[in-house]
Amino acid sequence: MATETAHAPQTNFNVSNEKMGMWAFLGSELLFFGAFITVYLVYVPRTADGPGPEVFDIPFTSVSTFILLMSSLAMVLALAGMQDGDLRRFRTWTLATALMGLVFLGGQLYEFTLFVQQDGLGLTTSAFSTSFYVLTSFHKVHVAVGVLMLGTLWFMSFTGRIRADGQGTNAVENVGLYWHFVDIIWIIIFTVVYLIPVDLVT
Amino acid sequence: MTDTHDAQQEQDQQGQHQYHPSTGEYWQIAAILAVLTAVEIGLYYAGQAGMAASVTIPGLIILTILKFVLVVLWFMHLRFDRPVLNRLFIIGLIFAGVLYGIVALITLT
Amino acid sequence: MSAVDDQQRRTGLFQRPSSTAGIKGWLTTTDHKRIGIMYFVAAMIFFMAAGIEALLLRLQLATPEAQVLDSDVYSQMFTMHGVTMIFFAVMPLSAAFFNYLLPLLIGARDVAFPRLNALSLWVFVSGGIFLYSAVFFGGYPDTSWVNYAPIQEVGADPAGYTLEGGVQSNRMLFYSLSIQIAGIASLASAVNFITTTLNMRAPGMTFMRMPVFAWMTLVVSFLMLFAMPIIGVALWQLMFDAGYGGNFFRPGAGGEPILWQHLFWLFGHPEVYILILPAFGIVSEILPTFSRKPLFGYAAVVFSGVAIGFLGFGVWAHHMFTSGLGPVANAAFGLTTMFIAVPTGIKIFNWLGTIWFGSLRYRVPMLFSIGLVAMFTIGGLSGVTHAIVPHNAQQHETYYVVAHFHYVLFGGSVFGLFAGTYYWFPKVFGRMYNERLGQAHFWIQLIGFNLAFGPQHILGLEGMPRRYYTYPPGMGWDLWNLVSTIGGFLIALAVLLFVINLVWSARKGPEAPSDPWDARTVEWLTSSPPPQHNWDVVPTISARDELWHRKYTDEEIPRPVPAGASSDHEQGEADSEHIHLPDPSWWPLVLAIGLPVASWGVVMDSWPVIGGGIALMLFAGVAWGNEPVTEPEPDDVAEPVEP
Repeated sequence: MATETAHAPQTNFNVSNEKMGMWAFLGSELLFFGAFITVYLVYVPRTADGPGPEVFDIPFTSVSTFILLMSSLAMVLALAGMQDGDLRRFRTWTLATALMGLVFLGGQLYEFTLFVQQDGLGLTTSAFSTSFYVLTSFHKVHVAVGVLMLGTLWFMSFTGRIRADGQGTNAVENVGLYWHFVDIIWIIIFTVVYLIPVDLVT
Repeated sequence: MTDTHDAQQEQDQQGQHQYHPSTGEYWQIAAILAVLTAVEIGLYYAGQAGMAASVTIPGLIILTILKFVLVVLWFMHLRFDRPVLNRLFIIGLIFAGVLYGIVALITLT
Repeated sequence: MSAVDDQQRRTGLFQRPSSTAGIKGWLTTTDHKRIGIMYFVAAMIFFMAAGIEALLLRLQLATPEAQVLDSDVYSQMFTMHGVTMIFFAVMPLSAAFFNYLLPLLIGARDVAFPRLNALSLWVFVSGGIFLYSAVFFGGYPDTSWVNYAPIQEVGADPAGYTLEGGVQSNRMLFYSLSIQIAGIASLASAVNFITTTLNMRAPGMTFMRMPVFAWMTLVVSFLMLFAMPIIGVALWQLMFDAGYGGNFFRPGAGGEPILWQHLFWLFGHPEVYILILPAFGIVSEILPTFSRKPLFGYAAVVFSGVAIGFLGFGVWAHHMFTSGLGPVANAAFGLTTMFIAVPTGIKIFNWLGTIWFGSLRYRVPMLFSIGLVAMFTIGGLSGVTHAIVPHNAQQHETYYVVAHFHYVLFGGSVFGLFAGTYYWFPKVFGRMYNERLGQAHFWIQLIGFNLAFGPQHILGLEGMPRRYYTYPPGMGWDLWNLVSTIGGFLIALAVLLFVINLVWSARKGPEAPSDPWDARTVEWLTSSPPPQHNWDVVPTISARDELWHRKYTDEEIPRPVPAGASSDHEQGEADSEHIHLPDPSWWPLVLAIGLPVASWGVVMDSWPVIGGGIALMLFAGVAWGNEPVTEPEPDDVAEPVEP
């Protein structure tokens, strides 16, 4: 099994710098999303006599959630492909992850257009609406950046930056960490932003 | 610190990195995640049908935590990684939880 | 493998520069030392800009009902003074020290992510340029650096401006975006320094052997890691309110203004520890050197630093005692604020213990360090009075607060940074500064500073409110305001002497040896200035104050305790051919340019410009990831240690 340890500088904790840096960054991201989620929770009842959480389409969002969840599976399978030296498996599952991410984004955007056009829930409608859109859009931007990174990785497997001998495994692993993180944030958002408020309101 | 470091180093060198779950195990985790999600949605519909919020909401929260933990520990490999990475993430988690909890508490009361 | 890499370098789409010469060398550098120097220079420019803003304020306040500045310009000046000093002067000055010193202190050749390091620098510079460009778009932010809701919406002059499409919204967008940009730089630095300190220490450099400044870098990096996101969120929300009709802080649509205060101070309080801990770290290095004694109670100083970092997150609402949080919250935060004075007090006593019965040399770094201990103590004491909730109600929004934070920030942080500048100047430039001029700087600074801010305690207790552009005669405030203004101009003179000293000595000062101070830590082992690769042979550490041990104890060959690594070759080889150095790169600079471009797009409400900025950033990011690592992987780089 090919690894990169032979060429990487030795480190005090025997963890690659990039991996440690990624976990530190993810720790900070918790503070980002935590703030947005908290503000949203405070604002759930503040709908300025406009639409509130009852406009959410839980079945539709559940499907999106499921797709994003399964994209995490695709991601670990892509990494496993790298670790087994199987570049084809890596490419296939990386592409699959990115595609699932795109489907998720598409679904979310579609939901948004429905909210705006059908339900009259716009960015400026109320504190609830602003905080909902900004929180979920912030997450979406993260997903989009993740998709771009996955695309870049896929591309790199053709230019030789990512190779069957294991060169590039670190990068794949770290993008994977980022991707899973984006998924677990959605796991929290789905419950805390969608399921529980709708439960409370209806 | 030096002792555990050496021991870990030995284990790392021999096992060429640490333990990685097999693809089969990854599929299993995914299956569990899918089931948990299904239960979540089931709880939601139960709530719509009249089940008390005092049951559904804690239930949803517990399920969310379970999914969170599964992804972090297995997919993100934190279960098999060096503890230092654990700590970087957990500190952020605790800070976020406590600080924002206090803000929410102060604002809502 | 090397052949493929060579091919990539020659024919790849994204050529990577390899030379370090000329201006291009500085623009593309990934060398932490050059980055540190550029941080310092840029920060000093912003420091002087903020200083001029302060002088304008003091001119306006020197006499009652003066007409030097009108209320709008005055408000812009004090807002910009605060924002510039905090985000574009003091933080980057600290970053300059972290950048230059951290690898040298822990025996590393560079930081963990050299290109990310360059990115932090260029992002900070571009953020500052963006902020100062506000003058072309309707004026600078004018609702103070804390910018509470709802005044952020209506502006300092409600009759004149409204949010959204008006001048006020532009000013708020500049505030929001420039600090967000600066925040990105800090967050990137935090990730970088945490990884470097945890993962790249020299062999034998256990945590408890690290110099205190390295510890403070680590604590500050954690503070930045967790605090910057919080202000990022608040600013992002402000951007939506100001630019896009959002309702985060608009009560009419359900918004909650006090959430701004919570989010701001959740960041803002750790921020002040971010501002002071580097200076504490610097002083902890200087006092032992010039007392010829080890730091008294190293462990206590380290642990109190960590404690301050931790507790710093638990006191934020002491900035909100008059915001109506209620007695329970007030009491709780009053208590935690009292607690946090303890670790700081521990440090003060340990510093005193260090110089007690030491063989003292009163060189300029030592003078500023002792100055810090004294001035910060004064500021800390007035801080303790703020922690008492009823006192706080009296003191809030008066000049007493202004006096307090200038004593801790100027008398603390800035004195410490000056001390560090003089101390490490010979290491950085290989030349010694002028001692006489430095001494003059110190004494004029000390006198000017105390004249400027000492009387403000009295003014505050006599009821003079802050953030007012003028005051009527007959309040009894005239004399002290005039004294304060004179002090301000003395400060300006002192800073001028400082800058002249630095610029002149860097070129023409007498040559300095590698260890001019007979110091204690390993950065003085390498030459002055250090070579690009820092160490010919990475030192193996066997004790705290490693250099002192090597010079003055009888131990022969240090016995390495294998708790660290970062050497690229076997101990003892001085073969610099195999040293793996990060190559220069254009992409950090290019990426950094994208940020203000996108931000100008937000201000101009132009989606093409926003898109252009984002596209530039994405392009630079992809190019960054794809650019070749020009130096081919050596075949005999450190193999994992055989069990």
